[in-house]
Amino acid sequence: MDGLKERIRRAVHNQPQPTVTILSSLLSVEDELGYIPREAVEEVAGYNRVTVNDVWAVVSFYPNFRTVPPCEHRIEVCWGPSCHLVGAMPVIESVLEAAGLAEEGDTPDGKLTVRYNTCLGACALAPVMSIDHHLVGRADPKKGRELVGRALDNNSGDPHEGAGFRG
Amino acid sequence: MTVTFNDIKEKADARWNELNSVRPWIRIGTALCGQAAGAEEVADAFDSELEARGFDATVSRVGCLGLCYAEPLVDILVPGRGRVVYGNVDVDMVSDLVEDHLKTGQPVTDNVMGCRALGYVGEEIDGELESLDQHPMRAREQRIALRNAGHIDPLDIYQYVANGGYHALNRALTEITAADVLEEVNVSGLRGRGGAAFPAGTKWRFLAGSNAPDKYILCNCEEGDPGAFNDKGILESDPHTVVEGIILAGYATGANHGYIFIRHGHDGPIDRTKAAIAQAYELGLLGENILGSDFTFDLEVALTGDSYVSGEETALMEAIEGSRAMPRYRPPFPAQVGVFGKPTNINNVKTMAYVPEIVARGGEWFAGIGHDKSTGTAILCLSGNLKYTGMVEIPMGVNLNEVLYEVAGGVPGGKQLSFLQTGGPLGGVLSADATDLVLDFDIFRTAGAILGSGGVIAADEDTCVVDLTRVLIAFCQYESCGKCFPCRMGMSHMLEVLERICRLEGTSDDLALMSSIGENMQAGSLCGHGQLGFNPVASALRYFPDQFQTHIVEKRCPTGRCQAPRFAPSLSRR
Repeated sequence: MDGLKERIRRAVHNQPQPTVTILSSLLSVEDELGYIPREAVEEVAGYNRVTVNDVWAVVSFYPNFRTVPPCEHRIEVCWGPSCHLVGAMPVIESVLEAAGLAEEGDTPDGKLTVRYNTCLGACALAPVMSIDHHLVGRADPKKGRELVGRALDNNSGDPHEGAGFRG
Repeated sequence: MTVTFNDIKEKADARWNELNSVRPWIRIGTALCGQAAGAEEVADAFDSELEARGFDATVSRVGCLGLCYAEPLVDILVPGRGRVVYGNVDVDMVSDLVEDHLKTGQPVTDNVMGCRALGYVGEEIDGELESLDQHPMRAREQRIALRNAGHIDPLDIYQYVANGGYHALNRALTEITAADVLEEVNVSGLRGRGGAAFPAGTKWRFLAGSNAPDKYILCNCEEGDPGAFNDKGILESDPHTVVEGIILAGYATGANHGYIFIRHGHDGPIDRTKAAIAQAYELGLLGENILGSDFTFDLEVALTGDSYVSGEETALMEAIEGSRAMPRYRPPFPAQVGVFGKPTNINNVKTMAYVPEIVARGGEWFAGIGHDKSTGTAILCLSGNLKYTGMVEIPMGVNLNEVLYEVAGGVPGGKQLSFLQTGGPLGGVLSADATDLVLDFDIFRTAGAILGSGGVIAADEDTCVVDLTRVLIAFCQYESCGKCFPCRMGMSHMLEVLERICRLEGTSDDLALMSSIGENMQAGSLCGHGQLGFNPVASALRYFPDQFQTHIVEKRCPTGRCQAPRFAPSLSRR
């Protein structure tokens, strides 16, 4: 666990931007670990000279923060109005079915997180989804199933090995 | 010894000339739209193809050309032989493009590869190829804020300078006073492009009137509106125009600190903005004594988590301070007590992006474009059931029907337009027979719609307006920050009612019930999220009362959309 604490410490203490806040510290930890463990809440509280409660207030407000370790891969599907109009729902349905999930969340084997996103920012190419931060536009149920299949089959465990998933 | 602007300019011009004259230049659109279509892979393929052949050419990853429907877009310039833009380029076509176009200098116009030459840029090219300016999406455009989008490498400050960048700042610091800059913006009639359409000059004057030692300029790129991507598009395509606009705002108002506020996770806009700021510091365009003057300005990027309400001006200040993004009471207004308790001015990315051109060309020039009290252009994001989806900059005063049926090419598949959803989820819907409006903030408002941030989502006849209203309220419910209970509970209650109507279990009292919830939300909420939260339902009821009756009384959804499986987050900040 020392490794974890050291990574948290580095993420919180070495933020490059001049303005450091509770939120910026948490985002820095999220970038480093992909989640906010209890140890990070304590470190962020100490570094920003606030209480642990003050930090939890921020963690619990922004839904991008998770408090358990991330899965190996992460698929997001947009459900905003632009995407909804051109077929987001069948894409979500196929992704959930392929992942064996009833709603957004993690697969039990820890391989895949599925999340609904309110806007991935490429509305002109709706429906939009993303895998490990790589955007995939003009999505359809087939593409959704393919991406889930590749995420579940991939054993490398490296969340940054996303090149093969793109487009 | 500080670098003078002339030194920067000379270097910039020399570089720009070299880029355009020495070897072929391949520009690939890699904004969010391009990325979603696989543009990064296409760019990588060009890199490796050129290296493998030992072919000397420049490859640049540029921003959004606007023709997002045809992404990935590749723009090939062969010096002396013209410049051609290709659409729908696939990785497999890269080798042929290098072989057939780059080596011979002759554009590939026969569509044999599946990608399509959309048109030439600048000098005419022999053959049947038309100018890109003839393209329906380009023909009505007047590019001011988007003048460099897709044209320059956003990561190269010299390309911005070579295209007139930082000239306005240099002029402001050396030739005219802060009051002159403020006056130009005032005369331009520039109104805020974030949604409220408040005159920027008036806002700036509030801040300029404060003699506090520390004042802040905030630039808002939270842009959580589904269907709007122009703020992110501008930062990805031309971050320096926003940076320069912010510095000019600081100079005009006597502020010395600035933040550009972007949602965490949108790496393209974030990385390009950070790079632009670092380059501006390096050349002395930010920091102490800018260009040797006595004006000092510091700028950084502040990130927020996932929160739609953090785009509201006072909630945004809370997020910059690191707290939960919840709106504050007003008064005091931000111009008196803003971020960190200091006087603050806040503008949207699009508003700031106009400022350099306004200062360079004069406020009168900008005021001469547009319609009545809506000067300048509208930067529209076209999405949904339209033939040409993407980002366009159209002068105010152009008819919305012209935008829908000419610029965007109408609804594909011979279908009819049913309604539009404009100005973000709180903007509500506009029936297809009410689209005979000119682009004008006030005319849109009179029609019960919001031009707002420029999102235009089109829905065809197969769409159910009740179903889409439910999606809009589901979004608003999920995004309510929870501070004001009429919004927090009202949104949940309204969503419950709409879900019941979509399940065909609605009752005759439900419409009155939603109106009553809506009135409470409007009266009892601090910010626009709750105040305008009933707008989607109210506008849908105004234009499509029959649709609701069909669901409630006849117990059927004519399109069947309401019976399809639907998914939305089950959690909110409640």
